Amino acid sequence: MYGGEATMSAAATGAGSRAGSWEELVTAALLGTERRPVAGEPAALLDEAARHTVRRRAGLLPAPAPVRPERAPDDGRPELPEVARRRLGQLLADRSAAAHSGGRRGAAPDLAELLPQWLSAAAERGFKAPPALLPALLDAARARTDLRPQALAFAGPRGTWLARLNPEWRFALRGGSGSAVLPEASDTEAVRRLWEEGLFAERVALLAAVRAYEPGAARELLATTWAAERAEDRLMFLDSLRTGLGGEDEPFLERALADRSRNVRATAAELLSALPASALAGRMAARAASCVALDRSGDGDGDGARIAVEAPHECDAGMQRDGVAPKPPTGRGERSWWLGQLVEAAPLGGWAGRLGGRSAREIVALPVADDWGDELHAAWCRAAVRQGDAEWARALLGTPSAPPGGNAGTVSLAERAKLLSTLPEGERAEWVAAFIAAHGLSEAFQLLGVCLVPWSAGLGRAVVDALEIARDAGSYPWSFSGVMGLAERCLAPGEAGRLDALTAVPVEEEGASPGAGGVLG
Amino acid sequence: MNQQGVRWTAEQVLALAPDASSRKAGSKLGTAGPWSESGCDNSSVWGLCKGSGSKPYQTVVDTGGLGYKCSCPSRKFPCKHALGLLLLWAADERAVPAVADGEVPDWAGQWLRGRRERAEKKESGAAGPAETRTADPEAARRRAEKRAERVTAGASELEQRLEDLLRGGLAAAERPGYGLWEETAARMVDAQAPGLAGRVRELGSIPGSGPGWPVRLLEECALLHLLDRAWLGREGLPEPLAATVRARVGVPTPPQGPPVRDIWQVLAQYDTADAKLTTRRIWLYGRESGRAAMLLDFGAAGRAPELALPVGLAIDAELTPYPGGGQLRAALGERYGAPLAAGGPPPGDTTAEALERYGRALRDDPWLDAWPVTLSGVIPVPPGEGGGVGWQLADPDGELALPVAPGAADRAGLWKLVALSGGDPVTVFGECGHRGVAPLAGWAEGEAEAVRLL
Repeated sequence: MYGGEATMSAAATGAGSRAGSWEELVTAALLGTERRPVAGEPAALLDEAARHTVRRRAGLLPAPAPVRPERAPDDGRPELPEVARRRLGQLLADRSAAAHSGGRRGAAPDLAELLPQWLSAAAERGFKAPPALLPALLDAARARTDLRPQALAFAGPRGTWLARLNPEWRFALRGGSGSAVLPEASDTEAVRRLWEEGLFAERVALLAAVRAYEPGAARELLATTWAAERAEDRLMFLDSLRTGLGGEDEPFLERALADRSRNVRATAAELLSALPASALAGRMAARAASCVALDRSGDGDGDGARIAVEAPHECDAGMQRDGVAPKPPTGRGERSWWLGQLVEAAPLGGWAGRLGGRSAREIVALPVADDWGDELHAAWCRAAVRQGDAEWARALLGTPSAPPGGNAGTVSLAERAKLLSTLPEGERAEWVAAFIAAHGLSEAFQLLGVCLVPWSAGLGRAVVDALEIARDAGSYPWSFSGVMGLAERCLAPGEAGRLDALTAVPVEEEGASPGAGGVLG
Repeated sequence: MNQQGVRWTAEQVLALAPDASSRKAGSKLGTAGPWSESGCDNSSVWGLCKGSGSKPYQTVVDTGGLGYKCSCPSRKFPCKHALGLLLLWAADERAVPAVADGEVPDWAGQWLRGRRERAEKKESGAAGPAETRTADPEAARRRAEKRAERVTAGASELEQRLEDLLRGGLAAAERPGYGLWEETAARMVDAQAPGLAGRVRELGSIPGSGPGWPVRLLEECALLHLLDRAWLGREGLPEPLAATVRARVGVPTPPQGPPVRDIWQVLAQYDTADAKLTTRRIWLYGRESGRAAMLLDFGAAGRAPELALPVGLAIDAELTPYPGGGQLRAALGERYGAPLAAGGPPPGDTTAEALERYGRALRDDPWLDAWPVTLSGVIPVPPGEGGGVGWQLADPDGELALPVAPGAADRAGLWKLVALSGGDPVTVFGECGHRGVAPLAGWAEGEAEAVRLL
């Protein structure tokens, strides 16, 4: 009688009446016929046991049925076409294969990386998920939180029905983002209770949710317990005010400038400096303005205008209270360190008035005396990023065709990547596309990283063209493995046809290196 | 017979892949990019695949006779190029266009012709398969007698050991270091009785198998004892039962006619492996005869067996059954034309009828662990629902259910079946035995397409 015994029963034909003798047989067999001679010789015992076994097996009956699960709700969406179903099966199979090999990524592209794009394409067209693939889909969503909202939407009512039956898929029954227990942000009582009693992670999530719902309410919530929070926690909570930052936050932040913790003070100062109308921003503007001036007296050409810099000579208590760190990192001069912090925190809008009514572009183009140019431009870059100032970002980025980090006045790649993120998405992609057209791919990796996925048509085309040029020039494919890895994930599916040109001609041994020959494999 | 071959579906092609990595590699080659000069006719597909060298690989597939030929060095059957070519053929009629008869390129035609000639020669040469194979029937008879003597000695020894075990008590088998099983199994291998050896080895795993092991050990010891006695007394048995005993003990017997030609639906194909051997089982159902049949193929450890049939399709072929009562094993003979669409599950039974079939089959072969059944209209119930102990397959309107055999089924496959059902009845093909049902394929209600569960 095996494991099924509990749910299958032997037929009544004789087995029931002999149940007792079967028990006896088992006992005798366990102890041995020497100790239990009643059972007779071993051969006789085995004969009898064989009869029992075959009779029991031949007379098995089904057991009473358990309660059946309720029927899954109907899903009115149209069936997924065969080709799309096969593709999904492939992507999901790749995921499990990768998991089996310990997640190590070999030379072949990881197809599971394409799941998010596949899911958003399916969502756009409103197809129903094929039932047989639901388990693999739920497993994928279980392993990757970022997939969950899309995967669950696609899985639909049957997916939720299925998840209810398997404890491993419980996550699917919670809200889409996986934040299970958060109360509605409008439920003041529940919010206050969780804020006072919740775990740290829950409180951070709660504060972010309330902040997104009503910024002022989050600030007030934070103020109720502010004095009692630990320094590390104050820092994290303060950081969540970054979302929806506005003038109403200023009084709270001003108070935080006097905080016991230096990190909290610095963060408060940073947030205040991002509010151009704040008192701190005004103080920083005045300080910065006293260091940077227009100098017409010099021997300059044309109208002779250039920028003269007089870095601060000390870091006084007022500056320190406003978040200026007095001690420079090793290897940097004190005065340039202070200058950088003042300019970074000063509202960019103030410079036009200070520098003869010039536009951002004109200011960036002005020569700077005494080699202060790099320092000043770098600080402006940080200010443009911090204040999200697209006009200054454009001015500092310069034209895409200008060589990166070459002459004075142009900024480094890392700075460019940051500046780009302040531009609207379309403009960002255009700029990067033009940059790739001018300089190729070797330095584009960082810039591509800040572009929206999937890439815009123009950007995708620029990348594919550049890959083709590189290939025709005989470049080694692995020089571009980073870009190709990105392209696997980010290229718009509609542009896939453009890759035919790349894959048509044999270049390198197939599978010998990441993406050799065929970018999408 | 002149049946029009269908293009297979991608899933059917992928079902041929010997392992997961081939499936993946083959999928990547299933696009038009690397292929040139590809084409197909009624029973074959060919194409040139750009590889690492300057010369492309020549890939040819005999879709009628299921043969693969590729100039690549891979030892897998089919290789990734053959899989990729078949996928492209399945997906894109323009990329692999059908050509008129006689327009097969020479490099492909040569192999295909050779293959067909060999098949014909085999057919005409092997008119009487069993009788003409051995040159010297007298010597063969002497060899068989000698082997039977050794098996008899082995069976007697095993019988002695079983009785000794029972005399001292099964409790001894649980003690650590009880090494009788491995040693006894080795003795049975020496005695040329691999069937006995396999059963002895399985006995070894029972004492560690959890509560209730003495009952299970006694059952299996008793059945082994029954097999021993049956071998020793085989002269007195009716011939079908004697043939079953020979097969169970492991004395090889060739398949014996007459061959059965039918449209055989390929229901399931799965591998089990131990340290030395990979065993592949393929379940077939004859659409016209209503017979079930099983094909077996073997591969050395870690290697996929060569025989691979497209699960979900049907093949027009002859099968030659092996002798013995209650034996479903058959050998695959001549195949006719390309695989065909299978068209829905075989007719099915209720849970009670399925158990009855297994019970009846035990009359011909008491050593049978499971019998192939198709359950129609059952609802899969996962464990924990409604207080059930484990997985169950329940009749939709009646009161009854069958357990899913513990350990026999793949967890992912069972969840696939639940997803397929959505609480509605589904059709399930599987092996039904005294431990329950091991599901192998499923059909959603009203769907012709089978979903592999293993």
